[in-house]
Amino acid sequence: MELLAFGNTGWGDELFYATLMTIAVSITAMLIGFLFALIFTPLKLSKNKFLNFIANSYTTIIRGVPELLVIYLFFFGGTGAVMFVASIFGYNEYIEINAFITGAFAIGIISGAYSTEVFRGALQSIDKGQFEAANVLGLNKFGKFFKIILPQTLRLAIPNLSNVWQITLKDTSLISVTGLVEIMRQSYVAAGSTRDPLFFYSFAAVLYLLLTFVSMKLINRLEIKYSRGF
Amino acid sequence: MDLELMINSFPKLLSAALITLKLLSVSLIIGLFIGLIFAILRLNKNKFINKFAYGYSYVFRGTPLLVQIFIIYFGLGQIEYLRSTVLWVILKEPYWCAIIAFALNTGAYTSEILRSAFQTIKPGIVEAGKSLGISNKVIFYKIQIPIAIRQSLPAYGNEIILMMKGTSLASTVTIMDLTGVAKYIISTTFKPIEVFIVAGGIYLFMTFIIHNVIKFLEKKYSFN
Repeated sequence: MELLAFGNTGWGDELFYATLMTIAVSITAMLIGFLFALIFTPLKLSKNKFLNFIANSYTTIIRGVPELLVIYLFFFGGTGAVMFVASIFGYNEYIEINAFITGAFAIGIISGAYSTEVFRGALQSIDKGQFEAANVLGLNKFGKFFKIILPQTLRLAIPNLSNVWQITLKDTSLISVTGLVEIMRQSYVAAGSTRDPLFFYSFAAVLYLLLTFVSMKLINRLEIKYSRGF
Repeated sequence: MDLELMINSFPKLLSAALITLKLLSVSLIIGLFIGLIFAILRLNKNKFINKFAYGYSYVFRGTPLLVQIFIIYFGLGQIEYLRSTVLWVILKEPYWCAIIAFALNTGAYTSEILRSAFQTIKPGIVEAGKSLGISNKVIFYKIQIPIAIRQSLPAYGNEIILMMKGTSLASTVTIMDLTGVAKYIISTTFKPIEVFIVAGGIYLFMTFIIHNVIKFLEKKYSFN
């Protein structure tokens, strides 16, 4: 227990901040994933074959290639890509991208592929009659989407999105290879300097379990809220 | 684009893919056994056994695979007692540590898949077996297990693909699998995109094969 003391003598406060970092990266990545889903879900459902192909390639490649490989691509390739874009605009200094942004972006792209599939499935399982009824009520495009379709999509999507959240949360442990100080990285540092890896990695496992447990409880509440009337 | 690098690294990555496949197949076989045992324990009416099996799958599904590998590879070596037993022969090898972690992890997911498959078997089928005078044991092995395996094929196919991606974590404990070799080439040449295309292509090819084999099996064992 001494090992977990707060302050200079233990690793309690470091691990606490690392946990906050894990939460922050997970939420950012999940939001970036939603952004990708927002772009790619319509492409997937579009009748245009070319747009379909783009969206399908995205979800197939990301879901078929290991997360770690994607992270290495961003970690080693991210700086080069940003500097290349900057050089087009005439900026030739060295740019270092922050590990948080690289990590959140890499995990976000992965999370987005899963979210896209979830939203596609949810949208497709909404009864056609709902679209027709919205048309009959004379709602415009926005009204139709936000008042009729979106609430129903969310109800159907939330249980599966909670799986995506779990995957995203666990994937953030992989960002530790880029040096971002989240739970895994901090445990690695602590284990190295105290020579007590068993304790610190087990404690990391407990922290992750706690995070998944608490988030499941919160998501269950959301699920109840969105399934009112069913 | 550095085509020469892509061509040169292809054979290296391909031979590393064999290690990935080896890790995958060994851990899947062990994991399937673990999964089957725990699925049966989950269906047990004894509350204690039931809770134990649930706890196992909850812990392994709720924590990242990376933590599990690190606990087994770095953590267990710390216990002095273990170092003096026969187990140490296995646990000092990163290869076996990775396989133990993968097998326990996929075992947890497999047990959930099989449990839900067992639960979806209509009671009428079991009752039909009983009314024909077939013993409970035979009903279980000859009726329930084959049906459960068929039911769980789609979900298990996904699990195989997830596990294949999971084996990439073996590279964090010094095993030179496909991802390990890819990382090595990237960090010596600083050409991440080229290497990603080749290594990712090999992974996608393996995903494609697994996907189609499962599809074929699903068709072969479909009920009608």
